[in-house]
Amino acid sequence: MNEQRKMVPDAKPEAIEVRNLRVAYGDREILHGVSFEVRTGETMVILGGSGSGKSTLLRTLAGLEQPSGGEIRIRGEDLQTLSRGGWHELRTRMGISFQSGALFGSMTVGENVALPLREHTKLDESTIDIMVRLKLEQVGLRGYEDYFPAQLSGGMKKRAAVARAMAMDPEILLFDEPSAGLDPIIAAGVDELLLKLKEAFKITIVVVTHELASAFLIADRMILVDKGCIVAVGTPAEMKASTQPRVRQFLDRVPEQEMAQEMDYLQILTGDVVPLRR
Amino acid sequence: MGLTRTIGAATVDGLAYLGGLTRLAGGTTRAMFGELFRERKLPFGRAIHQGMAVGVKALPILSLISFFVGMILALQAAYELRRLGALQFVASAVAISVTRELGPLMTAILVIGRTGSAFAAELGTMKVNEEIDALETMALDPVRFLVVPKFIAMLVMMPCLTIWADTMGVMGGALFGVTNAGFTLGTYIHATMDALALRDIVTGLVKSVMFGVVITMVGCQEGFRTGLGSEEVGKSTTSAVVMSIFLTILVDLVFTMLFYFGVTG
Repeated sequence: MNEQRKMVPDAKPEAIEVRNLRVAYGDREILHGVSFEVRTGETMVILGGSGSGKSTLLRTLAGLEQPSGGEIRIRGEDLQTLSRGGWHELRTRMGISFQSGALFGSMTVGENVALPLREHTKLDESTIDIMVRLKLEQVGLRGYEDYFPAQLSGGMKKRAAVARAMAMDPEILLFDEPSAGLDPIIAAGVDELLLKLKEAFKITIVVVTHELASAFLIADRMILVDKGCIVAVGTPAEMKASTQPRVRQFLDRVPEQEMAQEMDYLQILTGDVVPLRR
Repeated sequence: MGLTRTIGAATVDGLAYLGGLTRLAGGTTRAMFGELFRERKLPFGRAIHQGMAVGVKALPILSLISFFVGMILALQAAYELRRLGALQFVASAVAISVTRELGPLMTAILVIGRTGSAFAAELGTMKVNEEIDALETMALDPVRFLVVPKFIAMLVMMPCLTIWADTMGVMGGALFGVTNAGFTLGTYIHATMDALALRDIVTGLVKSVMFGVVITMVGCQEGFRTGLGSEEVGKSTTSAVVMSIFLTILVDLVFTMLFYFGVTG
């Protein structure tokens, strides 16, 4: 990791530090000792194929999964030892946009965005209304306050979810597959929105995706996760220049070879074996 | 050995399930009272919305069912009472059966079908759509936000619905009494009032509150336990209904025994 730090000389203090992180569902370990850091103000993209463990990694950063080992520090605070009040405070400084948007279907878009403000601040209703309109304007949804999520398109739902995640002016934003299920034009719009947010608010952004075009457009640095391990970390240019076989296979979209042995296939499914093929 | 192990595993699972329900009930009560002491507003708006769904919208079907059950009880009781020449006791038989047992039980069964299943489906869908995760990441307690309004609505609505079901059951019995047992509406109501002690009504209401707690907790627990995928929502809903009916009957038995031995012992 020190070597990686040397690659960017003007490194700011880390917003997120992950050390030897292990996460397991029952007996099945998904992340096998992952370490990396995300610097303040940078956009870190976590790349990886389906089932690689990248969404589990993001959920663990958001506190939705318990690590079975290792350490996560967010702005210097160790999540393992954080008190209930500490968690509460930290979560109001973090926003997360889920793959499905996760907007509350029984509430309008405006009520969705207003919810954290109503619950965590003592702002009066008129101020909250103004803030909701501002947040929706930032994501290009002015005038959609009274729409229900079911009345919005896929791209608009993602934008509304971003507006809700931004409601408390977070320092860190986490995105799970922001472009998944969107057509290329709408996906490009979401990418543009992320770039705009980063430019305007200097937020630390972590994006989990497997969309290469999107990843190379928005990332300051990227991580490639494969079978629960990090196989490469670097800037988009470094990743493009990488000669690591697994990185090349992912970036060049080379299909996985047919499994010669039944056991090989089983091991891929269970994630038991994590060799870096060279 | 295999049978012993199966019984042991089932017992452990059952106890774990009950433990989960108790923990959820404790968490809900703590969240509800915690809000009061922290001077934060209780979610009354959402509780009223839930109360409308639980109570007001259930009234037409509950009225019909309770009315029919009252009539059925009167008819069944009349078989034997007529043989004994005691048809005038049909009003007492209906009144006591309805207020102590069938009013609360029929209300609970109806609420399980309408509301317990809806709780499980609502929370299960929210779980599948990551909405519950979204609440947690916004530092909002899903129990306080989702379960407390349902709990308040059920605590208020179950006794109200039960009183209504008792009334409609008595009216069903009255229809038989007036048409076939020589009562007028006035004398039937009078006979009903004479037969009932306050304890009969209170017994039924205490049961109804306990049924409300069981239905809310089982529905919400099944919703929270929903796995990934939309078909899991269907499974949770079915489990919520089956488990709620079983636990409601069990709670009914326990409370009936408590009231019985509390009086005779």
